[in-house]
Amino acid sequence: MSKTPLQFRHNGRDVAIFVDGGTNLLVALRELIGDMTPKFGCGQGGCGTCSVMIDGEIHLSCLTLAETVAGRSVETLDGMKQGPNLHPLQRAFADNFAAQCGYCTPGMLMAAKALLDRNPSPSRADIVEAISGNICRCTGYESIINAILAASGGRASA
Amino acid sequence: MPVTVKTFASSNEAAAALSSDRTARYLGGGTLVMRALNEGDVSISTVVRASDQALARIDASGPRVTLGAGVTFARILSERELAFLHAPARSIGGPAVRNMGTVGGNLFAPNPYGDFAVALLALDATVAVQGGFGSRDIAIEEFLQSRERQSGTLVLSVSCTRPASADAFRYRKVARIKPKGGSVITLAAHLPISGGRIAGARIALGSMAPTQIRAKAAERALEGRALDAATIAAAASAVTEGTSPSDNALGSAWYRREIVGVHLRRLLSGQE
Repeated sequence: MSKTPLQFRHNGRDVAIFVDGGTNLLVALRELIGDMTPKFGCGQGGCGTCSVMIDGEIHLSCLTLAETVAGRSVETLDGMKQGPNLHPLQRAFADNFAAQCGYCTPGMLMAAKALLDRNPSPSRADIVEAISGNICRCTGYESIINAILAASGGRASA
Repeated sequence: MPVTVKTFASSNEAAAALSSDRTARYLGGGTLVMRALNEGDVSISTVVRASDQALARIDASGPRVTLGAGVTFARILSERELAFLHAPARSIGGPAVRNMGTVGGNLFAPNPYGDFAVALLALDATVAVQGGFGSRDIAIEEFLQSRERQSGTLVLSVSCTRPASADAFRYRKVARIKPKGGSVITLAAHLPISGGRIAGARIALGSMAPTQIRAKAAERALEGRALDAATIAAAASAVTEGTSPSDNALGSAWYRREIVGVHLRRLLSGQE
């Protein structure tokens, strides 16, 4: 079976790869580009840890056919930190103990960034809605919600 | 296992490719087909796509609303003209799934999904499909009943008449995880009122049968009557007639039968 050439922007950098028919974007990012920040969780669209932004919109990379991102811009957690400095969301996650095992964190951070890019001062309800597609089995979500509130300048509840 | 991906500029060509190959599936937003591929579904060897912009068109200017099959739930939520469809659109997935999942794909989503199709069924929607021999319109009820045989046809669009008032169309999804989760049961009711009486009642249910179904006994209990407590009670006690729910991780068939009347009563009485 022939491979399909694919070019897109990955965290602001042009990349070109060859994909097998039916390859999903998560596999393309991890195995062909070497960006290990989006994680494989369920492969069904239920957990959200593979979340990436495509042209500024949050998508599930495991359910995205890789070749549909041709010519588009894909942003992953790997592109979030600015040089040696953590992104304010990453800092807030660390300060608010929003990661325990950390497996959901890449998706949570991307979902949070997608929210703050559109709505810089979200309510608690907006945050709950924004991360509703992302499952965390450790934290009980409160610390994650508080971290996102803190990053947006809002006050975290005790 | 690698599959062949065929991308076409027009929906005509995509429909022809789909109808001529039994192992072909149409890829819309990817939430069903990519999931099947991730799970190793070997019955799919060809994936068909169309970049036709007509599939993403929304016509909501008049009383008749037409949604292209490729319209996502996020786009429905961004259209003020489609406010009557916001509750079902919002009840689906998280933000990422709503950015991906489409109106056309939802018609094929098995239990415990397919909530948008429940709303469309209550609205007596028409599904425009294209097979190998041209396009035609099918009533959504007939489409859903023959869904297994529809995988070789391409859904082009879905259309329905806008409800006369916000109160005439009601929707409720019962899920264990809020605000997101698979459906325990899903209910939609269209209750057009003429001269103080219900004329053309439609009650649609999700997760109460292998596909979305109408609760015709409940519709008969409502037809021609005023929406008062006695009518609502009669509809609620008739709603399980003709249903055949199954057990799954979200709820048992028994539980679904027990709660569907309760939720219909609350929906029709305007209770939360």
